[in-house]
Amino acid sequence: MTSLAIPSTFDVAALRADFPILGREVNGHPLVYLDSANTSQKPRQVLDVMRAHHERHNGNVSRSVHTLGTEATLAYEGAREKVAAFINAPAASEVVFGKNSTEAINLLAYAFSNASVTPGSDPRFRLGPGDEVVISEMEHHSNIVPWQLLCERTGATLRWFPVTDEGRLDESALDDLVNERTKLVSIVHMSNILGTINDPARIVARAHQVGALVMLDCSQSVPHLPVDVQALGADFIAFTGHKMLGPTGVGVLWGRAELLEAMPPVFGGGSMIETVTMEKSTFAPAPARFEAGTPPIVEAIGLGAAIDYLTDIGMAAVQAHEQEITAYALEVLSSVPTLRIFGPTTPEGRGGTISFALEGIHPHDVGQVLDDEGVEVRVGHHCARPVCVRYGVPATTRASFYVYTTTEEVDALVRGLERVRKVFG
Amino acid sequence: MQFDQLYQEIILEHYKRPHGRGLREPFGGEAHHVNPTCGDEVTIRVAVDGDKLADVSYEGMGCSISQASASVLHDLLATLPVDQALKVHDAFVELMQGRGQVEPDEELLGDGVAFSGVARYPARVKCALLPWMAFKDAAVRAGVTVGPEVKA
Repeated sequence: MTSLAIPSTFDVAALRADFPILGREVNGHPLVYLDSANTSQKPRQVLDVMRAHHERHNGNVSRSVHTLGTEATLAYEGAREKVAAFINAPAASEVVFGKNSTEAINLLAYAFSNASVTPGSDPRFRLGPGDEVVISEMEHHSNIVPWQLLCERTGATLRWFPVTDEGRLDESALDDLVNERTKLVSIVHMSNILGTINDPARIVARAHQVGALVMLDCSQSVPHLPVDVQALGADFIAFTGHKMLGPTGVGVLWGRAELLEAMPPVFGGGSMIETVTMEKSTFAPAPARFEAGTPPIVEAIGLGAAIDYLTDIGMAAVQAHEQEITAYALEVLSSVPTLRIFGPTTPEGRGGTISFALEGIHPHDVGQVLDDEGVEVRVGHHCARPVCVRYGVPATTRASFYVYTTTEEVDALVRGLERVRKVFG
Repeated sequence: MQFDQLYQEIILEHYKRPHGRGLREPFGGEAHHVNPTCGDEVTIRVAVDGDKLADVSYEGMGCSISQASASVLHDLLATLPVDQALKVHDAFVELMQGRGQVEPDEELLGDGVAFSGVARYPARVKCALLPWMAFKDAAVRAGVTVGPEVKA
């Protein structure tokens, strides 16, 4: 196989030196980490900021007059401003920190739930029998199950966009699926299993035309391409820190200010209140209203450092690099006999996440042989079981790329797949 | 080295040419088990004749470890006395849960000893145990009295 080293707009080799883990070995081979859609690796710059915070500035936020508390609050709120700028949110107060994308989506689902049983709540968040919530067949379980549960609680109906054979969202029935009964459309921006990048423009326009709100699951898009919430036109987005060079334990719900103000609280506790009496409480404005208790402080600060790191490279450059790697990977993978790719087979409108199957060989066995070669991929249904059902497979093998991925690593994957076919062929 | 212990030739043989595969009648109990993390599936049927097993039949789809394990299970248990079958079952479960520290009894486990390497891969232990857990449920449904629940 000829390896075509495609030049990047930044020095990938130099950048890799920032990621200590990329220097280790696995099973006697150099680590080839192709599981960034699952969780990304962290550069030293992020780890240093988190360590420095714990060593020098640790205090609780939003409640201390002392110096450490003030420093911690400034750093935490500074991270919120970085997140807002990163996604071009009009105001930092539109950024709600939580644990991860799953929690962000559930937060919105439970806000709907609470509004539905609270007299006088904003009608945009009220659901009942006859109302509809629309998702798609290519969602991660975290953008399916919360809505199933919400519909069960409220009596609303769950509907979904199908997926085409090519792995694209089938919008042909858009006007039927999104109609005057629709209260919310929640779809994925970039699929975690197919790699498809959806253009939500038509769906957003139709949803807003019928008075429905739109949530985008941006867990896979915010880390990999420039995301501008104002350009997307959505009402809410969710994403998580650990997939974008930041730590686990911090995620973001972004919502339009006017909607966050109209949303009832979900978790009750410290920090989210205005006044508490023994009978009743009033609540702080957003985002504090949705951040009960001590938040993931150092994790949010780490996410801020990850955003600094990504911003230094430039998200357009990040995306361009991954496009190059993806184009290369699609080409060389298509040369592997019996290999079938699920999702778009050309780099247009897709990201660097490629699911595939080797005929007659179970993904677990594929993943195990690859691991023996130091190549780390994910195998299974990727928390998107309906997609596997759609394509008639119990599971897939998935290779996913990031800013530190090289064509040599893709070559190592292909070599590993040759060994897989030898063992099981 | 470890890798070759995981995919022993015996396991690959059972995977490529499974023994006794296919669901058969008559049967006294059936169980369908799924590994939710990977989607492996197996259905086991148990037929009991007095105090011995008359047949253990199965169908499934999944990785080499889970499917080879079902084939070995069939070979080992299909016509054993019930109490002996349960003894083999318990020995296999103990081997799988032993993190590679349990010395397998080859007389009792036959080809099952090939799975001793699997015990060193925590992520794969569930694959190997899937048919055995389904067997136990199917046996209970066929009227067999078994000991306390063993968790995979």
